[in-house]
Amino acid sequence: MIKVDSLTKSYGGFTAVDDVTFTARPGRVTGFLGPNGAGKSTTMRIMVGLTPATSGTTEVSGRRFADLPNPGLEVGVLLDASAQHAGRTGREILTVAAHTMGLPRRRVDEMLERVSLTPSEAGRRVRNYSLGMRQRLGIATALLGDPEVLILDEPANGLDPAGIRWMRDLLRGYADEGGTVLLSSHLLHEIEVIADDLVVIGQGRIVAQGTKTELLASAGTLVRTRDVPGLARALVDADLDFSNLTDALRVDADAELVGQVAHSAGIALTELRPADGAGLEEMFLELTADTQRDTQSIHGSEGAAA
Amino acid sequence: MSTTTVETDLVTAVARPARPTPAPIPMSRIVSVELRKSFDTRSGFWLLASVGILAVLTTAAVILFAPDDQITYDTFGAAIGIPMAVILPVIAILSITSEWSQRTGLTSFTLVPHRGRIIRAKLAVALGVGVASMLLAFGIGALGNLLGAAIVGVDPVWDITGGDFAGLILFQILNMLIGFMLGVLFRNSAGAIVGYFVYGFVLGTITQVLASTQDWFERAQPWVDFNYTQGALTDATSMTGENWLQLAVTGFFWLALPLAIGLVAVFRSEVK
Ligand SMILES: Nc1ncnc2c1ncn2[C@@H]1O[C@H](COP(=O)(O)OP(=O)(O)O)[C@@H](O)[C@H]1O
Ligand SMILES: [Mg+2]
Repeated sequence: MIKVDSLTKSYGGFTAVDDVTFTARPGRVTGFLGPNGAGKSTTMRIMVGLTPATSGTTEVSGRRFADLPNPGLEVGVLLDASAQHAGRTGREILTVAAHTMGLPRRRVDEMLERVSLTPSEAGRRVRNYSLGMRQRLGIATALLGDPEVLILDEPANGLDPAGIRWMRDLLRGYADEGGTVLLSSHLLHEIEVIADDLVVIGQGRIVAQGTKTELLASAGTLVRTRDVPGLARALVDADLDFSNLTDALRVDADAELVGQVAHSAGIALTELRPADGAGLEEMFLELTADTQRDTQSIHGSEGAAA
Repeated sequence: MSTTTVETDLVTAVARPARPTPAPIPMSRIVSVELRKSFDTRSGFWLLASVGILAVLTTAAVILFAPDDQITYDTFGAAIGIPMAVILPVIAILSITSEWSQRTGLTSFTLVPHRGRIIRAKLAVALGVGVASMLLAFGIGALGNLLGAAIVGVDPVWDITGGDFAGLILFQILNMLIGFMLGVLFRNSAGAIVGYFVYGFVLGTITQVLASTQDWFERAQPWVDFNYTQGALTDATSMTGENWLQLAVTGFFWLALPLAIGLVAVFRSEVK
């Protein structure tokens, strides 16, 4: 269990994390989702005591992180897989961590096997590791002490599709055994497949949280057509609210009504279905657009469709 | 309704049995981890190995180049002290700064979320390595003295007293502590190493010149120049009570105070 309560972090006048409150529960994978610079890493660093909070508190397994007697046995942490001495071998990095936690040597071999690093790879210096290998090593370090809680910052970065699949299964298994998993990502689709609960953050503030089912089942209908301006006009005339998605419209009405409006306006549709997840995607796109100024390309793809 | 039941079942089914609270990490283990970390990279290994290598090289140089009447233990001790004053502080510096420069602190300070414990362990390792290195270097010097005397064909001269010996070790330990202080203060390998050479060599030369040209500075020097007061340790047996006081006063301003400032920064800073 991880509890974050009214957490705020300011750098000078800039508020990187703004009154963030959420809980990651045992038995569930909690996805911490937000565009780059949203404040995910800062929040996670505060959780493990690497960055002091301006105000607010965080708790892991009911205690402040600094009060954990041997944190490695209770919380597995991976904040940045590249933050390792380039001159150490992968095996040595695990050995040092195991020694700190007071674990036997054989645990190192077990973990290397669990993350599929071969003995010859484990004997190489980390300088020569690919990002994916570093992520595997980082995950091995986090799992070493068989902790009940995992805190992973963008662990899928640099993994190939098979690696992402492997990690998804691993975290799923971990949560199914009762573990608490908090993992961050800036990619909605990456986290959608893995998380049970979602905490969405943008510009330091939480903009949505809840179970994935709740958040994805937001009301509305997704509709696609080659004549977007025509459909938009018809929807305005019918007094229906709608919004632009990447390459479709999401309408606040059920599919039947939207179909009728389109039919009366004589507009051919290419797709019409309940907008599962579209609400979340839309919200996420807005967040991303605000921070990354990607609006141009979104409109561009619409223009091409119209 | 049915979903609610399933969810409740799920939550109770997956709740793990409460685990016993782990025992705290003992300080001795943190020290041994830090010792291991000072050996387990190629650079760390060669840095430590160079203590022995440089001691052998300087000893050989003394045998080869020193005039026959100067083949005494004191000559060997003085010669060996020069490379040690460079290598030992660098070892101390890197033990601190690599946590930041190589970003290993992300792991170290998470596995042991008390920076003071890690810093103290590093200090213990640095002091241990320093004393062991000096004993090794003096041992090599002693062998050199025996060998040199045999080659020259005289009886070996043992002209370092126990007091001198302790003074020389203290001299090197202070150099290491200066390195440690600069590491804590800069938290950056290159910055701290450059800082050490400025502090020890550039500053030392400037104050020497200043003292030989300015009367007022020559009088003030024993109370303000740490390099100068530290230098007295190379002839520790002839140090007066006043000399020790001067060492303490200058050491406070040049070592203890900046170390305290650096430690406060280490405890407060972000590790990222
Ligand atoms: N030391 C710092 N000084 C000033 N701003 C910072 C500092 N650290 C992080 N930030 C800012 O805080 C925001 C959140 O960063 P971060 O937590 O890394 O975001 P994320 O992990 O979600 O991409 C960013 O805008 C970043 O530039
Ligand atoms: Mg980040």
